[in-house]
Amino acid sequence: MMGFGILLRKELREQFRTGRLVAVAAVFVLFGILGPLTDRFMKQLFDAIGSEGAGMTFQVPPPSLDGAAAQIMKNLSQFGIICALLLAMGSVAWEKERGTAGMILTKPASRAAFLAAKLVAISINLGISVVLGCGLAYVYVALLYPAPFPIGGYVAMSLLLWWMLVIFAAITMLGSTITRSAIAAAGIGLVALLVLGIVGALPVVGPYMPSSLGTPARDILLGHDPGFILGPILFNIALVPALFAATWLTFRHQEL
Amino acid sequence: MDAPTIALVLVPLVLLELSLMGYALYDLFQEDRRVRGEKVIWALVIVFVNVIGPLIYLFAGRDESRGAETGGVASAPSASIAAILATWPTLSATQDAAVTTTNLTKRYGAGIVALDHLNLAVPSGSIFGFLGPNGAGKTTTLRLLTGLATATDGTATVAGVRIGGTDGRLARNIGYLDQDPRFYPWMRGRELLVMVGQLHGLQGAALRQRVGEVLEIVGLQDAANRRIGGYSGGMRQRLGIGQALINQPRVLFLDEPVSSLDPEGRRDILEIISRLRGTATVFMSTHILNDVERVCDRVAILHLGHLVVEGPIDELLDRYAQPIYELVPEPQQPGAIDRLAGVMRGQPWAHDVQTTPDTVRVFVNDPKVAGPAILPLVVSSGVGLARYERARPSLEDVFLRLVAESGSQITPPVTIPAWGLDGRGRR
Repeated sequence: MMGFGILLRKELREQFRTGRLVAVAAVFVLFGILGPLTDRFMKQLFDAIGSEGAGMTFQVPPPSLDGAAAQIMKNLSQFGIICALLLAMGSVAWEKERGTAGMILTKPASRAAFLAAKLVAISINLGISVVLGCGLAYVYVALLYPAPFPIGGYVAMSLLLWWMLVIFAAITMLGSTITRSAIAAAGIGLVALLVLGIVGALPVVGPYMPSSLGTPARDILLGHDPGFILGPILFNIALVPALFAATWLTFRHQEL
Repeated sequence: MDAPTIALVLVPLVLLELSLMGYALYDLFQEDRRVRGEKVIWALVIVFVNVIGPLIYLFAGRDESRGAETGGVASAPSASIAAILATWPTLSATQDAAVTTTNLTKRYGAGIVALDHLNLAVPSGSIFGFLGPNGAGKTTTLRLLTGLATATDGTATVAGVRIGGTDGRLARNIGYLDQDPRFYPWMRGRELLVMVGQLHGLQGAALRQRVGEVLEIVGLQDAANRRIGGYSGGMRQRLGIGQALINQPRVLFLDEPVSSLDPEGRRDILEIISRLRGTATVFMSTHILNDVERVCDRVAILHLGHLVVEGPIDELLDRYAQPIYELVPEPQQPGAIDRLAGVMRGQPWAHDVQTTPDTVRVFVNDPKVAGPAILPLVVSSGVGLARYERARPSLEDVFLRLVAESGSQITPPVTIPAWGLDGRGRR
């Protein structure tokens, strides 16, 4: 891929200089910390404000590693997907619209390298953010709970979370390549999220969807048996190269 | 919650919040003091919504075009440009064409023909003006020749490389400037040139030297370390020329290179283009005909996707320029212009009669007949003349005539070979 290294350096600098790296990392740090805090102090918060007013009683489960894991995964996956969409939605569309894609691609740089540099840079950004967010969440769990998460399971959960975000970034980047509008690309990403969520609820094919990776990830984290996960994991690993190939085929002869 | 727990919760969040706000404010104020008032409002917004403000600002609130400056550009002295270009490799004397197209065609959808069987041969080392009204197909041609678009039919070669390949050979031999050059606003000018140089395989001292040379040629030394988002349109145009020159291209494609520049900027860019003669073949699309006459050796006129004519400027003028007689009446003669135009319009040798508030221009078919007949007609009209002369037709006159004639009926293009005399098609 001609020019990949140079374009990747440019993309990484762009992630840093435009503040995207800082912003996404901040989101992950914030919601990574909030996960264990919410679970740990929710009951105390309700007790403090009075949970039996107006004839209603709130049943707040006591803090547990189960609850902390659920909060961390819910927070980081929801806001992580939003970040993945934001990072990828304009990645190609804005460059086509502004003409910078044309400027770069009249130089000795292949279209595959142009796309790959973007996807890898976005993945690195998401990876750094997942490490920071999950890392701080781990530290908070270790400080606030009697025992920390098992480290092996926690790393596996973090990796699955990161890969799921990379898949949504790849889907949105495909949308950004098909259209000339970043908003339309984000729309494609959101529709994909919705469709994959619905398909994820179906039997047989459901476990293979990226949005379904959360359940086995939590099982691994808590030391439970995740069941048959090799197939879904391999499928989701293959999904990113497949999406990239579709993006490249779309972009290969596209007029700029 | 006890105090240590509250501290555990609050301190990292507060630190995170302050660092985000601090970063956003630092980034906001680090450059360009001219729009401080506007930035103060932005800063207040950021402080006010400091929980989500930095995110909104970073993702959507930045407008890199704000604060564009026009200063900081010093045109390099001609001697300096000449000295730098003298060290660059020159094109070997050859009769080979730098750009050839054979039946190059581009259709969009079923009915739109943007370019129709274009046949061109641009001599190596020449400065080639590619003319045409808006929508003629100039930009389409440039996009085809630079690989940004794919031809529906026909072939072309640039610097001996057939277009359509993906091995980078075409890109290594060309430079390209878009008609509205836009770059990464967060990047600095020097960084862009370094990146483009690296893509062309330059490294280390050679890269630093080339970047320095190009910055001097385009007069951006003082602005090289500023963010491109703060550049004016003229500075972006200069940077665009710079990035197109970084690989010492054999063929330089320029799409309307001076259309957005002020007179001084135009003069500087035309000076650079002119100095490239012999170093690169320049293929320049434009509709500013005065500029073409100043720097170009040959021109092609395109209209509605068809090549109307192609050849050296002098020969086009000789062949197509109709003699023009200009009549300027003495002042304070009410209706003089209309009376003069009226008597001229009826004459069989008058091809066209154009008027301005103080001049009548008579385009004639046959000056041998028209010359002796004009003055008696002026006398018969009773108008006193302040000036009477046979004017030299301009390229604009030829252009307007040929475009008008080809508008309704497309005829086979006329190519005037005359590659000649100095190997660049210039007399």
